[in-house]
Amino acid sequence: MVGSTKEHYYLEKLETGIPGFDHIANGGLPKGRTTLVSGTAGSAKTIFAAQFLVEGIAKAGENGVFVTFEESPLDIIRNMRGFGWDIAKWEAECKWAFVDASRQPDEERDIKRDLISGDYDLGALLARIEYAVQRVGAKRVSMDSLGAIFSQLPDSNTVRSELFRIASVLKSIGVTAVMTAERTEEYGEIARYGVEEFVADNVVIVRNVLEDEKRRRTIEILKFRGVTHQKGEFPFTVIPDRGIVVIPLSAIELQQRSSNIRITSGNLELDRMCGGGFFRDSVILVSGATGTGKTLMATWFMFAGASQDERSLLFAFEESRDQLSRNATGWGIDFEGMEKEGRLRVVCNYPEVAGLEDQLIRMKTEIEKFKPHRVAIDSLSALERVSTIRGFREFVIGLTSFIKHKEIAGLYTSTTPTLLGGTSITEAHISTITDSIILLRYVEIYGEMRRGLTVLKMRGSMHDKDIREFTIDGQGMHIGKAFHGISGILSGNFTHIVPSEVDRISNLFRSGATEEH
Amino acid sequence: MNKFLLKLYITGDTPRAERAINNLRQVCERELHNQYELIIIDVLEHPHLAEEEKIMVTPTLVRELPPPRRRIIGDLTDTAKVLLGLNIRTYPVSESGKD
Repeated sequence: MVGSTKEHYYLEKLETGIPGFDHIANGGLPKGRTTLVSGTAGSAKTIFAAQFLVEGIAKAGENGVFVTFEESPLDIIRNMRGFGWDIAKWEAECKWAFVDASRQPDEERDIKRDLISGDYDLGALLARIEYAVQRVGAKRVSMDSLGAIFSQLPDSNTVRSELFRIASVLKSIGVTAVMTAERTEEYGEIARYGVEEFVADNVVIVRNVLEDEKRRRTIEILKFRGVTHQKGEFPFTVIPDRGIVVIPLSAIELQQRSSNIRITSGNLELDRMCGGGFFRDSVILVSGATGTGKTLMATWFMFAGASQDERSLLFAFEESRDQLSRNATGWGIDFEGMEKEGRLRVVCNYPEVAGLEDQLIRMKTEIEKFKPHRVAIDSLSALERVSTIRGFREFVIGLTSFIKHKEIAGLYTSTTPTLLGGTSITEAHISTITDSIILLRYVEIYGEMRRGLTVLKMRGSMHDKDIREFTIDGQGMHIGKAFHGISGILSGNFTHIVPSEVDRISNLFRSGATEEH
Repeated sequence: MNKFLLKLYITGDTPRAERAINNLRQVCERELHNQYELIIIDVLEHPHLAEEEKIMVTPTLVRELPPPRRRIIGDLTDTAKVLLGLNIRTYPVSESGKD
């Protein structure tokens, strides 16, 4: 025995170190208790169990014991190697110990189970776990996965009560444990074999739901007896070099300080329309049909930052580096030069290469690394294609709160599906999250396509409410006068207002020889 | 006749362990006379032996010799199963036969 824990009047938490998990768990797992982690096949239960020990060793100097019922220790070592976890090394250093309770291949063929003659208990398993805990001085124990014992031993009642006994012994020797169990469906009973009955105090559920032909992983803390936790499902992702990363969206505190410092959009007239520029920590959505000038706006926004010793980071999901660079050169902006000087970084990838959760983690990592003052995403709509509506919204909230927290100005572009008017689903879902919205629209005037721009929303500031005409040339964007005599630009259903007789006559004189269409 | 080498893994001094030992001794004396060696291992005292042998359940009886190795779990109250597991054919029971 390692010694018994002191009784406290309140329950302590043990920081797991699994990124994001402690946030939704309000600090970690109940210390000195056993938590059941239940999930369907492929829901990352084993990874959770292993990572619980890995983070303990790596971050807290707490050693761990891994009890495996299903895979052999060698398989686990190999499978977890991809996350950069060198379990074999920790095993050699006596930081990690395996208790191998996986099914041993029998020397005689065709024998699925040991022969059973009379009553039995899991005394040997318990003795081995205690021995291993003592040997490495473990503070954490993971058992993966319970279903396999039930299939090895026919007497489920015995197994259940024995598991309960194991959980109580672990508690008495002061280790915090994770037990994993199988579920047959994503929204059904907690676990097979009524496993939850004996460790019912703390239950975490991991899901891997198929939604609109896309897989979405979520984690939910169902209950923690006696201590608090965040409720509901939180998305998480499993990434190669880090393992599980939970994205604690609604747990993110939206308490960013809002800044009164204005920054330039890269276009003086647009700055004027916005009442003096964008706010430094605001997020701006630029919406428009294809070809209305969104990428141009993002480019100038990046350039404006980079040309005044700020760092700008551009995430491009629609165009390649070469295309972007060529476009920029066309407007007299030297992307490559700025990148070399470290004032600009352009990250291009196709949205299809990774799930949105992974994309979010990658983008955060880029932001952490480059520490930009400005971030632009061109375009959000491209990301929307690869996700569910809910997943997309969570992504935008996650990213927005992250960049606001870092007091970075963000500009997102969004492509409307129709050429004229209209809004995209993107906007419908994120317009409340952004601080400013700028609409770029085609305007058809007597058979001619022109472009219009308006500032729809500017949180915390006065702004110009006109719909202004703009043109694009080799120098970029030029914002001109407001449209007159036409309505319905935003909806795309234009109505040309017949000018009154007076206007008509005055126009006749003013336009002179050049006749209107 | 081959000599039998049997190992019985138990957890401490419990009624179940005692039952298993008694049941096994009876079978051995009746069927194997002096042609056997029995080693009793208490996993509480020797957990590393349980670890090496990957014993999970107690009591577990392992027939080390003659090969092949076989394991029988439980307190060995079901004598027919024990005989089947040890592969001691005293009765004309067919191999695949009734358990």
